Amino acid sequence: MPSCTATCDPARPPRPPPAVSETQRTESTTPGLAFERPIEEIESQIAELESLSLSTRLDISSEIEALKARLRETIHKTYSDLSAWERVNVARHQKRPVANDYIQEILDDFVELHGDRAFGDDRAIVTGFATMEDWRFLLVAHRKGRTTKERMETNFGCAHPEGYRKALRKMKLAEKLGLPILCMINTPGAYPGIGAEERGQAMAIAENILAMMTLRVPIVVVVVGEGGSGGALGIGVGDRVLMMEHAYYSVISPEGCAAILWKDGERSPEAAEALRLTSKDLIELGVVDEVIREPLGGAHRAPSVAMNEVRRVLLRNLRELGQVPIDELLLRRRKKYRRIAEIPGRFPRVL
Amino acid sequence: MEGRSLADETQSNPLAGESSGAPLEPVAPAPGSAADPRSDKGREKERKKLEKLQRKAEKKADKAAEKAEPAEATEGSSDKPEEEPKREGRLARLRFSKKKDMPGGLWLKCESCSQVIFRKELEEKGRVCPSCGFHFTVPGKERIRMTLDEGSFREHFADIEALDRLQFMDAQPYAEKVRRATERSGQKEALLCGLGTILGRPVVLAILDFNFMGGSMGEVVGEKIALAAELAVREKRPLLIFTSSGGARMHEGILSLMQMAKTCAALQTLNENGGFSICVMTHPTTGGVTASFASITDLILAEPGALIGFAGPRVIATTLKVELPPGFQRAEFLLERGMIDAIVKRSEMRETIAKFIDYSKGARVSHGGGALRPKGRS
Repeated sequence: MPSCTATCDPARPPRPPPAVSETQRTESTTPGLAFERPIEEIESQIAELESLSLSTRLDISSEIEALKARLRETIHKTYSDLSAWERVNVARHQKRPVANDYIQEILDDFVELHGDRAFGDDRAIVTGFATMEDWRFLLVAHRKGRTTKERMETNFGCAHPEGYRKALRKMKLAEKLGLPILCMINTPGAYPGIGAEERGQAMAIAENILAMMTLRVPIVVVVVGEGGSGGALGIGVGDRVLMMEHAYYSVISPEGCAAILWKDGERSPEAAEALRLTSKDLIELGVVDEVIREPLGGAHRAPSVAMNEVRRVLLRNLRELGQVPIDELLLRRRKKYRRIAEIPGRFPRVL
Repeated sequence: MEGRSLADETQSNPLAGESSGAPLEPVAPAPGSAADPRSDKGREKERKKLEKLQRKAEKKADKAAEKAEPAEATEGSSDKPEEEPKREGRLARLRFSKKKDMPGGLWLKCESCSQVIFRKELEEKGRVCPSCGFHFTVPGKERIRMTLDEGSFREHFADIEALDRLQFMDAQPYAEKVRRATERSGQKEALLCGLGTILGRPVVLAILDFNFMGGSMGEVVGEKIALAAELAVREKRPLLIFTSSGGARMHEGILSLMQMAKTCAALQTLNENGGFSICVMTHPTTGGVTASFASITDLILAEPGALIGFAGPRVIATTLKVELPPGFQRAEFLLERGMIDAIVKRSEMRETIAKFIDYSKGARVSHGGGALRPKGRS
């Protein structure tokens, strides 16, 4: 049932960024992230003072402490009242943890499995056996790179049909081996291209949705960044659907929505608001089961803290689902999706 | 972030891409809005204009389109002709071409062969182009008439209405949009479903009507597909679906996306109960509808020339900035690549479906089936 895990202490100071580098300062002043500018200014001031105190051996720790207090306050103020569009930009933040970070940080073991044995190996979706504490499972994750080169390689997280078919093949293997499945969603959407259409993008997604209804192992889905429409749902059917606080999940991107409604991409912020795509909206609507809190200032500010919180929540969900007999689990899953987000009593019953 | 870097740009394109492939709602025609300015301009003038259009370059065609139909710039804004005097060329063109299968003017241009056709002739021929055989989109109620045995249709769940749960607002509130679509079409939602017979064979029929908000799938459409599947289980009848849709309905946000999962869940229940399902994809079927229930029925059929895909061609062309190959995403293209089971002409649809239903009864010919002779109409 919808619940909110309050675990990351909001008062906990964010881990001071390991020396705010020059790159960070320039990178995050993207238009959509303008709201972060005051925070970055203070961060850079702190960094300057810290390096100054190191080089001059002057004791200016009280000044630094004061600035840090101000930083916390500013972050808190900014992040307690983010607009939908700002959240979308946080979800797309370049420093936000991506699949490879999670694999390194929270998995104790990972063996990648490639290919759909039909067409190719889509780099936009990574699949493989994973271990976390005493749990073995299959990881299926959208892969987004961080550097431009990585992003090109992973097609910016936009999978082709072979990616979805690879996921399905590995999930069927997991079913056979009795391994639970963890799907990590972070995609702007399935790729709209000629090859993708030729090889049946829509069919691949539809078949995944259908197959995931009946896989006889527990499935946990977590939206960690962008939840882009059908591309997300193609690996997004599960017994539990979790979502990180600043992730978004939507039927259409705000840009696409604005382009269609107003023929004006500039109005994306309005569209983001209208689409009700934030974690808060989704829990209210009953589409996701649980929101994973992020450290103050977003996952990109303290990646390790954020990822370990995801790990903690995932382990709890794996444990809980592991206790449910599989037939019961499948019944619940079917009912969950058949009645998803439904207002009780609104629709007639046939069966 | 890296500012407006290459990465960001390419990243946001597919975004906009898939999505507008999904809810194509704004290009939905405004059915029944009889106020087509062309009707009283006289045939000759109309014909000349259209012929001119044929020859003119794309850009010029856009302008002509705008002139010809300024009153219906956006869906539901037919009473506000001045609302969008300036439109982007590409979008205008698309909207114009979609409008060709609307009731209204006397003449229209085939979107496949560009032949100018007399509207009445087209309607008499079951909305199939007399020149190239292109199968135009058919309004839901007309599809029921041309598919089922006369008088056999019993509609179910006709009263379920959309709810504006997101309080979605663009030019007008979503609730208002639905109300207008209802007024225009005389039906409460884009999906019509019920029981009927085809050449004497009982079926559950579900029709996604493009004339109601572009056949977009919101909660009600998803629910009615699911209910139709369950009706098929209960009544032990085959489920027959006709689709024409722009995809998920943007105005219901994530709830629309969840209908993809909901419909698949219900179809799986049908499968587990030994049910038989056929989906006929008609022009156009894209987005979340193609990527869910329409693609997982036992048989997937398509009408000739139907546009079928995940992302719309416009989206792909914009994303990739390339010219799309001729015939791209048409039914024949999908057949060649193994995505659909068969292409069936409208004139042979009833017999073909009846035949498939007979095959679903198993090996013994004596079990079910019957005459394939068309009753009354072909």
